[in-house]
Amino acid sequence: MSEGTLYDAVWDRHRVRRLPSGQDQLFVGLHLIHEVTSPQAFGMLRERGLDVAYPERTHATADHIVPTDGQERPYDDEAAESMMRELEQNVEAVGLTFDHPETGNQGIVHVVGPEQGLTQPGMTIVCGDSHTATHGAFGALAFGIGTSQIRDVLATGTVAMEKQAVRRIEVTGELGEGVTAKDLILTIIGELGTDGGVGYVYEYGGSAVEALSMPGRMTVCNMSIEGGARAGYVNPDETTYEWLAGTDAFADSPEKFAERKKYWESIRSRDDATYDDVVTIDGSAIEPTVTWGTTPGQTVGISEPVPHPDDLPPEDRDVAKRAQEHMGVEPGKPMAGYPVDVAFLGSCTNARLSDLRAAAKIIEGREVADGVRGLVVPGSQRVKAAAEREGLDDIFREAGFEWRGAGCSMCLGMNDDQLVGDEVCASSSNRNFVGRQGSAEGKTVLMSPEMVAAAAVTGEVTDVRELEAAPEVAR
Amino acid sequence: MSADDGPVDVPAIETVSGTGIPVRGNDIDTDQIIPARFLKVLTFEGLGEFAFFDQRYETAGPDGAGEALAGTESGGAGGQVAENPTDHPFNDERFRDANVLVVNANFGCGSSREHAPQALQRWGIDAIVGESFAEIFAGNCLALGIPTITADSEEIEALQDHVDENPETEISVDVGDETVCYDDHEIDAAVDSAQRQSLVAGEWDTTALLGANPDEVAATAESLPYTEQ
Repeated sequence: MSEGTLYDAVWDRHRVRRLPSGQDQLFVGLHLIHEVTSPQAFGMLRERGLDVAYPERTHATADHIVPTDGQERPYDDEAAESMMRELEQNVEAVGLTFDHPETGNQGIVHVVGPEQGLTQPGMTIVCGDSHTATHGAFGALAFGIGTSQIRDVLATGTVAMEKQAVRRIEVTGELGEGVTAKDLILTIIGELGTDGGVGYVYEYGGSAVEALSMPGRMTVCNMSIEGGARAGYVNPDETTYEWLAGTDAFADSPEKFAERKKYWESIRSRDDATYDDVVTIDGSAIEPTVTWGTTPGQTVGISEPVPHPDDLPPEDRDVAKRAQEHMGVEPGKPMAGYPVDVAFLGSCTNARLSDLRAAAKIIEGREVADGVRGLVVPGSQRVKAAAEREGLDDIFREAGFEWRGAGCSMCLGMNDDQLVGDEVCASSSNRNFVGRQGSAEGKTVLMSPEMVAAAAVTGEVTDVRELEAAPEVAR
Repeated sequence: MSADDGPVDVPAIETVSGTGIPVRGNDIDTDQIIPARFLKVLTFEGLGEFAFFDQRYETAGPDGAGEALAGTESGGAGGQVAENPTDHPFNDERFRDANVLVVNANFGCGSSREHAPQALQRWGIDAIVGESFAEIFAGNCLALGIPTITADSEEIEALQDHVDENPETEISVDVGDETVCYDDHEIDAAVDSAQRQSLVAGEWDTTALLGANPDEVAATAESLPYTEQ
C-alpha cells in the first residue's frame, strides 16, 4: 500500500473509525449537491425522520437541468421546473447555502466550488456526480457518490469508503504549443484505458502537470473517472495558493489564509512517498488529441490514423468495431477532416474563463463555418460575467456562436441543448458515449476548447496548430 | 414508511438464485443503462421500464423537447417514442423473469447516477455477475443490496452462452462462498471483501451504522484545521 502520499495524509486526518466491513468511516469536509441526484436522498431522510447533520458543510447549486437560453420561471420544461422547485424547498427547509440563479453565483457544481474557494487542499469533498474528482486539482480528496451515499452524508456527515491504491502519473517534459490539459488527460485515458484506474486514485505530477494553471489541473482531474479512477489529485503548490488567495474564502482574510497554508503544505506527498504504481508519460510527445469512438479511451493524436480494430488488444476489438460503425470513421485515416455540425464549448471539464479566453483567441476575426451551430455555455454565472467584462461574448457572437447562460447543457442533454438526429458535435465535454448528448444517433468528438474553436470555423476536425499558421490569420 | 416505523429493514444477502439474462459488451456505460432524460424525476419509482431504453428500440427518444416526464413524479412511458424493438435481451420474453444479469468488462462506467442500478433493480435484477465493474456503479449496487460478482472472461462468456441457449437455467450466486453455480458447473468467482461482509452481515444500508457515533464524528470534525469559522 501507498505511504506518505497526500491521499494517505488526507485519509488519515478524516478517518473516524474502521467499520465492520473493513471500510472506513470518513468525515466529509464539503458536500456539494445539485438538483438531479439529491431529491431522492432528501426524500429518504424525510422517510426515516433524519436531519441534515452538517448543514454548514453542505453547499447547493443547480446545473444539469437549468435552461441556458431563457431562465424565466417557471421553466418551459415542467420536469425541470419541478426539480428546481424541489431543490429550492429542500434547501430552504434545511437552511443550506444555495447558489440560486438569482444570486449570480449559480453554475456547474465543479466550477462554483473552486471559484468561491469552497474547494481547498486537504479536504474531503463529495458530490452526487462522477466529475467531483475535478476538485482534486487543489489537493483535495474528492470523489463522486451515489444517491444512497448522499443520504448517508446528509444524515451523518460521513461516508463509508474503502481505501484505494495510489498510482502516480508522472508527466515529464512540457506540453507543446497548442497542446492543452485536455489533450494530456485524453492521452492518459487512451494509454491506460477506461478501466485502467479502477481501484486506484491518480496522483498527477511531473513537470508538465506542475506547469499547468489551476483550470488546466481541474481539466485533468475532472476526467479521472473516464479512466476508471474515482479520484485524482495534484499536490498543492504556489499555483494553487495563488488561486485560493483570490477567492471569496480568503480574499479578505490573509491571516486565515496563512494559517490554512500550513495545513496545505503539511499534506503534500512526501519526497519519499511510496506508490502502488507509477506510470510515466512523455508530455512533450503529446499532440492535440481527439476521440474517434464512443468511449473516452478511444483517442488519437490529430496527425495519427484511427486504429484498425484488429490492431487493438482482443478485448477492445468489438467495442472499437461498434464505435467506428456508429461514428462512421475509417480506420487508417486521421480524424482531421471529419465534418462537424455542432461546436459545443462548455461543461465542467472546459468552461472556465481561461477556456473561453483560449477559444476566443482563435475565434476572433473568424466566422463559424456555414451549417455549423456553435454554442458557448460558460461554466458559471461568474465566468459568464467575467467573460463579458472582457468582451469575449462579443467575439463569440460576432463569429456566429450562441452565447448562453451557465449550466451543464449539451454535455448530457438534460435541458433543451441536445444534438438532433445524427449530428456530429465537436465538444469540449468529457463523454462521447452513444446518446450522451441527447440523440441516440448523435456523434461526439471530444477535444480541447481550442480544437472546438478550430472545428467551428472550418466545419471539420482541425489541427488548431495548423489553423494558427494559416495565412488568413491577421492579428 | 414513516419515521415511526423504526430502523430500515436491511436483510442479509448471502445468496441470490434465479434465471439469468446476458447483456454483452465491454464498457456499457450508465448513459446506456438509463439515458439522462429519464433522470428528470424526483423519485426512482417507475425507472424499471426505462432500463436500456435507447438500446431496446431502433427509434427511441423523447416525443417533444423535454416533455418526456413532465408533470409526473415517478416517470411513465408517456411522451416517449419507442418504435421498432431491437433484439436486446431486455426485450426478450425468455428473459423477462430473470434476476441475475450477466455482463462483461467495465460494466456501469461513466456517470455516478444511482438511477442506473435503481432501474435494473426495479426491472427485476437482484445480482450482477460480470468480468469487471466500474467502481461508483458497484458502490451504488451495494447500497441497494445488489451483489456485483466478478469472474474471468471465459467463465462469463460461457455463462452468457449457456443462458442464451438455456434461459430456464437456474443460477445460484453465493456471496459468502464467492461462487456462481449453474447446472453442474461451479464458477470460482470473487466478491470485493467489504461488499461481501456488508451483504452477508446485512449492513449494506450504511446510514444507521454511520449515524451511530455522532460524538466521534464531531471530534474528527473538530480536529481538522479547516472546520473552525
